Amino acid sequence: MKKKYWYDYLWIVTILYFTLGFFNILFAWLGMIMFILPLLFAIIGGNKLYCNKYCDRSRLFELLGGRFSLNMAPPPFLRSTWFRYGFLAFFLTMFGLMVAYTYQVFTGAPLRETVTLLWTFKLGWSTAGVSSVTPWVAQYAYGFYGVMLTSLVLGLATRVLYRPRSWCVYCPMGTMTQGICKIKHRNDAK
Amino acid sequence: MAQKNKASVGKQCVACGACIRKCPIGAITVYKGMYAVVDVPKCRGCGACAKHCSANVISIIEVNNEEKILV
Repeated sequence: MKKKYWYDYLWIVTILYFTLGFFNILFAWLGMIMFILPLLFAIIGGNKLYCNKYCDRSRLFELLGGRFSLNMAPPPFLRSTWFRYGFLAFFLTMFGLMVAYTYQVFTGAPLRETVTLLWTFKLGWSTAGVSSVTPWVAQYAYGFYGVMLTSLVLGLATRVLYRPRSWCVYCPMGTMTQGICKIKHRNDAK
Repeated sequence: MAQKNKASVGKQCVACGACIRKCPIGAITVYKGMYAVVDVPKCRGCGACAKHCSANVISIIEVNNEEKILV
């Protein structure tokens, strides 16, 4: 049996993150760590160590393994460049719109206490603690929690059909960091 | 000439590292965040990486024992 390391237990972070966010949306801000760290690894280190070792989401999917899954091989389009970069562009656009609305709240627009799931479904999410902060801080938390929840739902849905970590194939962060590494090491690219 | 099974990584590797975690002997690594590479002499061709490859780009191929292949 393989020796277990501390990072093998990082799946706890995912569960903790979504639980804390459920009770107080402001904890959604902690998700920025999962957003910035992979980029730092790629930009400074020129590697995907975050995906390879420290990604809490992938640890959770691995922990769930093939349970409640058809465990099929993912379809070829999922790993195609057009789909991966297309999904990244779509994800970044939606993220940009979320940031844009946060800016509108900063300039006086009303706070929307909803978490948007799969860019469509608006879930009412009235939690404690929101009134204690500037509205734009809360708005960003609602938006970011929606982004994180959407990626979790997509990841879980994909793993029901395909292999445990099939989300990693089109994960926008993974695509982005691999792209950065390819640019950084362009002479070694395949 | 003796034949051996070895893992071979396809061009559309997403460098997620699922294979690294599944290889029982540490014969596969991700090269500079771009794609997975197999340490051919070390690889036993057990297929654990291919079975768990998220993108389904790893295949098990037969190579001559003395043959050097670049993957």
